[in-house]
Amino acid sequence: MKCTRCKEPAEVKLRAHNSAFCRACFLFFFQRRVARAVEHEKMFDRTSRILVAVSGGKDSLALWDVLANDGYQTVGFHLALGIGGYSQRSRERCEAFAAQHGLELSVHSLADENLAIPDIVSATRRPACSACGTIKRHYFDAAALELGCDVIATGHNLDDEAARLLGNVLHWQTEYLARQKPVIQPRHEKFVRKVKPLYLTSEFETATYSFMKRIDYVVEECPNAVGASQLDYKAVLDRLENTSPGTKVGFVRDFVVRGSRAFEQPAAERQADGGGTCTGCGMPSYGTLCSFCSLRAEVDRKLALRVTPAPPSAVTE
Amino acid sequence: MCLNPQGRQLDVDGVSRVEDLLRRLEILPGTVLVIRGDQLLTDDARLDAGDEIELRAVVSGG
Repeated sequence: MKCTRCKEPAEVKLRAHNSAFCRACFLFFFQRRVARAVEHEKMFDRTSRILVAVSGGKDSLALWDVLANDGYQTVGFHLALGIGGYSQRSRERCEAFAAQHGLELSVHSLADENLAIPDIVSATRRPACSACGTIKRHYFDAAALELGCDVIATGHNLDDEAARLLGNVLHWQTEYLARQKPVIQPRHEKFVRKVKPLYLTSEFETATYSFMKRIDYVVEECPNAVGASQLDYKAVLDRLENTSPGTKVGFVRDFVVRGSRAFEQPAAERQADGGGTCTGCGMPSYGTLCSFCSLRAEVDRKLALRVTPAPPSAVTE
Repeated sequence: MCLNPQGRQLDVDGVSRVEDLLRRLEILPGTVLVIRGDQLLTDDARLDAGDEIELRAVVSGG
């Protein structure tokens, strides 16, 4: 198989693009694809200070690599989730990458606040992925504010977006569909824009890029992802993609271009919600407490109940 | 051959190309990187007896 661009032997075939590339041409293709997504969706510009949320996986580290190499001002932010050896290895990958490339990295450890994900799950019985999502949203927003960033960039890739879109359609989650976009505008002055520069880049491509650039990433999956619906949706989409290459990119791109506007809330409704301030953390909130502080209060309450000995009067024969 | 992230080791005989190997293992193309040494292999790449191949899953998230 020959490279579509230079006719040298190809190292990777991209059926969705009806193309094959050698290493040099693939790296060019990948970087240009990310750059075009950034420019087309007006995600940020050269004056922006970008918080790149890095997990230690292939997607977020590939994204950080592309943006930093392209000269953007970036600061990495890693949230250490406290999920045993998996989280330890993830943190090490982020720290090694930052050190190797001379990049600024901020790390926040949930275990330091008694909020490690396994402890939350144990205390509240909430699904791990749900608690993790709430916590990540809070800390990403807070980190952007603290570190003076204009925008938060995450490593969500095409497969993530296609799986989420399929799940949202299957359950007609119209509010989620309204906000499933490559650029999510802030709804409060304390929030910044959230962007997904890899939204049209498949995870096969991000894995290929990371391999070719010798990025040392965590290959293993989060242990809490076992049995997650998103993986089922990805498996279905993989089968569709195999019989009809380009299905995923068409699904996501066409939704963004033609479908999402059907789910947008009227401006009056958008402004009517989320106008308060959380009494716990001072961040914007729908109610007295934001969802993160509600979760934290629930954890504190449950843990206090566990360690508080029963009063003598409560002891019965 | 090594399957990652599971870390399983397998011996597979009688396959001459990557596409045959993936078909034999019922793995869809595009869901794994096929790695020999420091090179990626395309579906039509030839395999030789004794090749050490890593199949690295690309799926992430939950």
